[in-house]
Amino acid sequence: MQDKIHSSYKQLEQRSKYTNMFLRWFLYLVLILFALYFIFPLYVMIVTSLKTMEEIRQGTLLTWPSGLNFDSWAVAWGGRGYGAGDTFLKPYFWNSIKMVVPAVFFSTFIGAMTGYVLTKWRFKGDQWVFLFLLFGCFIPFQAILLPMARTLGVLGISNSVIGLVLVHTVYGIPFTTLFFRNYYISVPTELVKAARIDGAGFFKIFFKILLPISAPIIVVTVIWQFTQIWNDFLFGSTFSFGEAAPIQVALNNMVLSSTSVKEYNVDMASAIIAGVPTLIVYVLAGKYFIRGLTSGAVKG
Amino acid sequence: MFKWLEKNLPKIVMAPAVGLIGWFVYGFVLWTLYISFTNSKILPKYELWGVGQYVKLWGSRKWLIAVDNLLIFTALFLIFCVVIGIILAIFLDQKIRAEGVLRTIYLYPMALSFIVTGTAWKWILNPTLGIQKMFIDWGFENFTFDWLVNREMAIYTIVIAGVWQSAGFVMALFLAGLRSVEDEIVKAAKIDGANLFTVYWKILLPMMRPVFFTSFVILVHISIKSYDLIVALTQGGPGISTTMPALYMTQTAFHKSQVGLSAASAMMMFMAVAAVIIPYLYSELRRENAR
Repeated sequence: MQDKIHSSYKQLEQRSKYTNMFLRWFLYLVLILFALYFIFPLYVMIVTSLKTMEEIRQGTLLTWPSGLNFDSWAVAWGGRGYGAGDTFLKPYFWNSIKMVVPAVFFSTFIGAMTGYVLTKWRFKGDQWVFLFLLFGCFIPFQAILLPMARTLGVLGISNSVIGLVLVHTVYGIPFTTLFFRNYYISVPTELVKAARIDGAGFFKIFFKILLPISAPIIVVTVIWQFTQIWNDFLFGSTFSFGEAAPIQVALNNMVLSSTSVKEYNVDMASAIIAGVPTLIVYVLAGKYFIRGLTSGAVKG
Repeated sequence: MFKWLEKNLPKIVMAPAVGLIGWFVYGFVLWTLYISFTNSKILPKYELWGVGQYVKLWGSRKWLIAVDNLLIFTALFLIFCVVIGIILAIFLDQKIRAEGVLRTIYLYPMALSFIVTGTAWKWILNPTLGIQKMFIDWGFENFTFDWLVNREMAIYTIVIAGVWQSAGFVMALFLAGLRSVEDEIVKAAKIDGANLFTVYWKILLPMMRPVFFTSFVILVHISIKSYDLIVALTQGGPGISTTMPALYMTQTAFHKSQVGLSAASAMMMFMAVAAVIIPYLYSELRRENAR
């Protein structure tokens, strides 16, 4: 039976060889056209950042720059060296680093712990606790902005990097919990039970049994949290301004500031600088990035 | 004492997360809900005032424009993302050479922030030096593309940038879905004489119903929350023509100091998201329990 199916399938493939060839050309054409559409803005950003304003006015979006001119990158990163009104990204880039590192660490750690409890130390009603946490993935943050602003004010950490670390840690917990919970649920509970019989305690089981096999999900979670927090604008722009602002806020301010003539080359260099960390992560660890994306969104 | 501690250790470890989410999510939403029923201006007042803020909200022209824009944006954003996503996923599924490279290209915008995306598209779409100039320089002398500064059309520039950023994501979801289907099903259908088009249209796409559902939920969710992209691309302008609820909320709260009114708008957004998410979570949970 299997053989018969196979041979008739082969015949069918032979017959449609020519239609196939035409189809494949069409296929590649469409795929390449879409690839060009997706690449186009990145290409425009890069070439624009390497041009002088004179070149920008004379050429079109696609014109190749006359040379590798990194002046606008230097201006975007370090400014022009005069005092007031000279905004550049360097200090805000460091703000973002100072914000991202602790926030990613804390939220990942808390998520690992809750995911561990929810799957390996199950208690009555744990499903509801999970749902309770999960709902936090979906709330529109507008519904918590006002009380959060007041809370940060009361705690004396509004307009500070510490405040943003707190905000990102808290609102990252639902996602990190989801990731670890869905990962640990596929780890056989027998392993944990055996260890418990041997007298291993709560933390020992976590550090000796679960943590050593958690590398993939830690990578997924860290990448997800890093991308989310690095790219955040709503919290950054609402809870900080001036010197404590993270990079996305600074980028937006730089682009919007209309003090002098619009310098698109500097704008584009700034945008690339703000986007490069997450892009690097994506290129280096795309597999984990996509896994986070699909499971962060798909699985309930 | 020690025994009790040991027995309850898992719950104690859970407590901070549950407490934080309880306070910062549920507590805060309730606070916002309460404030939306008061007449709070710059500072929150705690005397109840009734539904006045909601009446005011739905009588405000700006809010109605925001809701209108949200509906237009959501519809177009959904259609284009899903159509492009499905086309790319199906085409990529045909044992394509360099599939990895193409996939990476389609999906990289998801790694960028909406501010970066908005900045790039703002430059590309600007009428003086952007796409319009490119086409004029190429010899299409009457070519005009001024959507970014055109009241009627500006909302569509947000759709363009939004679709550019999110279509690859839908592709990834559908590709994962298609890959999970058994090869035998496709082979059997082909032997029965079905061509490739029929196989996808009649068999595979109907099997993708959960993926459609997921994409729908996520895209609607993104569009209700969309804020950064508008700030970076149009700031809600020209005039107020591209205002959306999220932008309305922050502007009313932090520029106009109408705390009560902005709380009411936040609650409207909350309810819109809940209407989409709760059925989704319910069905996901049921599926999981059925397993």
